Amino acid sequence: MSEITKDKQVVQIAIFAALLAALGFIPPIPFATGVPISAQSLGVMLAGTILGARNGALSMILFLVVVALGANLLAGGRGGLGVFAGPTAGFLFAFPFAAFAAGLLTRSLSGKFSLTVAAGIGALVGGIVVMYLFGIAGFKLVTGRTWLESLMIMWVYIPGDVVKVVLAALVTGAVARALPGSFANR
Amino acid sequence: MMSLYLAQISWLHRLPAGLKLTCLAITTVMLYPVKDMWVITAAVAITLGIYASLGRSGLAQLKLLKPLLWMMLAIFALQYWTMGLTEAWILLGRMLVLILLANAISMTTRMDEMNAVFQFLLTPLRCLGVQTQRIAFALSLLIRFVPVLVSFMHALLAAWRARGGQRRYWQIIAPLVVQALRMSDQVAEAVAARGGIPNIKN
Repeated sequence: MSEITKDKQVVQIAIFAALLAALGFIPPIPFATGVPISAQSLGVMLAGTILGARNGALSMILFLVVVALGANLLAGGRGGLGVFAGPTAGFLFAFPFAAFAAGLLTRSLSGKFSLTVAAGIGALVGGIVVMYLFGIAGFKLVTGRTWLESLMIMWVYIPGDVVKVVLAALVTGAVARALPGSFANR
Repeated sequence: MMSLYLAQISWLHRLPAGLKLTCLAITTVMLYPVKDMWVITAAVAITLGIYASLGRSGLAQLKLLKPLLWMMLAIFALQYWTMGLTEAWILLGRMLVLILLANAISMTTRMDEMNAVFQFLLTPLRCLGVQTQRIAFALSLLIRFVPVLVSFMHALLAAWRARGGQRRYWQIIAPLVVQALRMSDQVAEAVAARGGIPNIKN
């Protein structure tokens, strides 16, 4: 890989991490279950489906580093080292893994299905399965609850996340139509 | 409003970032096995004392617990129900101490000091041949472009509302991503035109 291509990827990784921060500033949409849904975890899915597994994951790591350095860029203006000690820290550590899984599946399935469908499956596995696996494991670690009890506290967020999976698929398809070039070089 | 840092002078601001982070790591490891409610109570009191010692602006920062409130109450109630009051308090107190202490570091340490510690922690990677100047460059790009992307987002939201758009404002996400990717191409060209990412020896 040439130095110019590498530099280009570094820029893309950084700007996508900034995009994730911007998504956290979108006013949260109050959802049917009464839990407001923020657009930020949609950004995690998009990092995978659009940047691909490796770069999507790196972009999420970069974002978490800036949050740990003290930037309050998480949805709701949260940030700093404290968020990594809270009961929802597992979800944060999941960001890179979720993006990686989403990217991997989108890429390997886009031969069999349309990109939109492949991205939907990627977003579902990355953004929900991987995310909740880490999220609940973190919750268990901090609070000492069982898997089932942890899931009972978390389930209110899942309907909102299903909506985000659909959005991630649609947005990925739309971006691919608008910028076919940026999908070619993965 | 991009950082939790409190611009003031206090004893905690004066301590070196590395020392504060080491103390936090030691406290975190030592607090996990604690089963004595009085030790936890003392730790909570000391933590609140640290916040009080930062003055009124320090105590005001306890507001960051607000988004966690309902979840903490749920955890406390569940723990109280199954294990009893002592266990519930140990769990809640430990969680409060760890979150608040970590946050106190973010409040009293400038991001460049934190970054210096981070770059130091990357030393082993540098020895393995990873070009850490790219990581440092990406960090500064990220911080620089958050306000740019937030202003893109506000422009798209305003345009969406001007067209009579209602609450389905997720419609702006696809154009926002397209704008971000286009801008990323332009920035990459600008970086290449200036000879690529600088190779700073530090």
